[in-house]
Amino acid sequence: MRDSPTTSAPPHHRIGAWLLIGGTVLTTAGVFAYAGGWLTPGRLTPERLVNQLQDNAGTFAGFRRNHAKGVCVSGWFDSNGAAQAYSAAQVFARGRTPVEGRFAIPGGNPYAADSSVPIRSMALRFTQANGQQWRTGMNSMPVFAVGTPGAFFAQLQATQPTAATGKPDPAKVAAFFAAHPETGPFRAWAKTAKPSASYATESYWSLNAFVFTDAHGKRQAVRWRMVPEATAADGVAPKAGDADYLASDLGLRLAQGPQRWKLQITLANPGDPTNDASKAWPDDRRTIDAGTLVLERTQPQDSGGCRDINFDPLVLPDGIAGSDDPLLAARSAAYANSYLRRTSEEAHWPGTPAIRPQPEHQP
Amino acid sequence: MRSDPKMFVPVARVLHWLLAAMILTMLLVGIGMVASVSARHDWLVGFHKPLGIAILLLVVVRMVVRWRNPPPALPADLPVLQKLAAFASHWLLYLLMLALPLVGWAMLSAGGYPIMLGTSLRLPPIFPVGAVGFAVLRHLHTWLALLLFVTFLAHMAAALYHGLIRRDGVLSSMTWRRDARGTADD
Repeated sequence: MRDSPTTSAPPHHRIGAWLLIGGTVLTTAGVFAYAGGWLTPGRLTPERLVNQLQDNAGTFAGFRRNHAKGVCVSGWFDSNGAAQAYSAAQVFARGRTPVEGRFAIPGGNPYAADSSVPIRSMALRFTQANGQQWRTGMNSMPVFAVGTPGAFFAQLQATQPTAATGKPDPAKVAAFFAAHPETGPFRAWAKTAKPSASYATESYWSLNAFVFTDAHGKRQAVRWRMVPEATAADGVAPKAGDADYLASDLGLRLAQGPQRWKLQITLANPGDPTNDASKAWPDDRRTIDAGTLVLERTQPQDSGGCRDINFDPLVLPDGIAGSDDPLLAARSAAYANSYLRRTSEEAHWPGTPAIRPQPEHQP
Repeated sequence: MRSDPKMFVPVARVLHWLLAAMILTMLLVGIGMVASVSARHDWLVGFHKPLGIAILLLVVVRMVVRWRNPPPALPADLPVLQKLAAFASHWLLYLLMLALPLVGWAMLSAGGYPIMLGTSLRLPPIFPVGAVGFAVLRHLHTWLALLLFVTFLAHMAAALYHGLIRRDGVLSSMTWRRDARGTADD
């Protein structure tokens, strides 16, 4: 038997053997460290992205790091079966699918005034009978400002309030827009956009493109939007000085009856960009009406059904998939990081900031 | 084939090296996906879940094989402390290989996520939905993974120490026994 203790390596071979062992361990650890981003501090990670969101808005323990202010809603989706020709997802078969959702305004401050931004958002989770889910986070503008995670990060950095004024440095903001001409369509929209008095009167766009797959495996790039039935005339004008009029308006409207949106799905033509949320598709693209979203209840976000939902846009049922839009993976990664932070704070995990009661409103 | 008492049975050797490759891949995928906002993130996450369940199943098979075919004894002259380390680290490895996929599965259950192993295959939840449960399991998943990586490195270093320094047959009991002279002797 060659494997007896007497065959142990002679001393002059041992140095080489130890070096080989040490080298193997260090190389493996090095590859691991590289994969984890420790050797490339310049890499944009979910951690850095969410830290930047906190730098811009402050850290509010227990809250989402973006779209922090919002309310829970629930209801259902009545599919008319029209989208079934393009997607095998169960949600598009004729029938009803339960929905949990959330309306919010962008930004990381859960106490921001509703009038502080012209954008509102609608996030939904459809739970299919087969247990698969479709989660989507939509915004009330037709295009996103930028098309890549790097540009989004640069935008956050450029719009970070300065310590001296509490407002972004106008020179940095101007330099960012000058360096990012893709923000043009969004800025054109923002010029005329006004903060709406109601969540219920807004259209909400998916912004990112997705890919539908039908029962035969045929693929079709799509974007979708929710188009409201309600009009501004149905509502009450916000009271002067009320910073939280969106939640009260929604409560009043739902007390009158359910609020409805049509789910409109736009089909891309071959060649339409699916990898750039800053570019709208031409207006003449075919749009199908897939059914009606009906919301009938609202609850506060600290106790409602949406509280523990991460509206990750890549949680998708069979029949819907992400496109090559680079923002999708970044949203998914950053939302997961934000979700871990706020659930850790709920759990009083060591090292996380303590959850504080809501501060008094400033006059 | 008559089994050599100084060797692991062939099926144990195949499972060992397969699991070693899968676990190292899994650790790199896991640490890489949480540190990426690129398109990699999505497909790494999609790969991580079915690979984790595959590891869980193979570890169970590996344990049955080990139970039915006890491994070769360690060299009689191995110092007691090293024997103890070998014993403890193997228990730790098996514990972590079982715990990590289960904690990952429980963590996704607690987060209310559908546990998809592809576009249509879905596992049932194994833990009640809740923010606190999710947070604790999610942190546990990371810390156990780091512990598994350290244990993996120690296991690899110890195997090389047995093969290169002691040359006592412990490493070759898990390989195909091509020795330094280049002859296969099983």
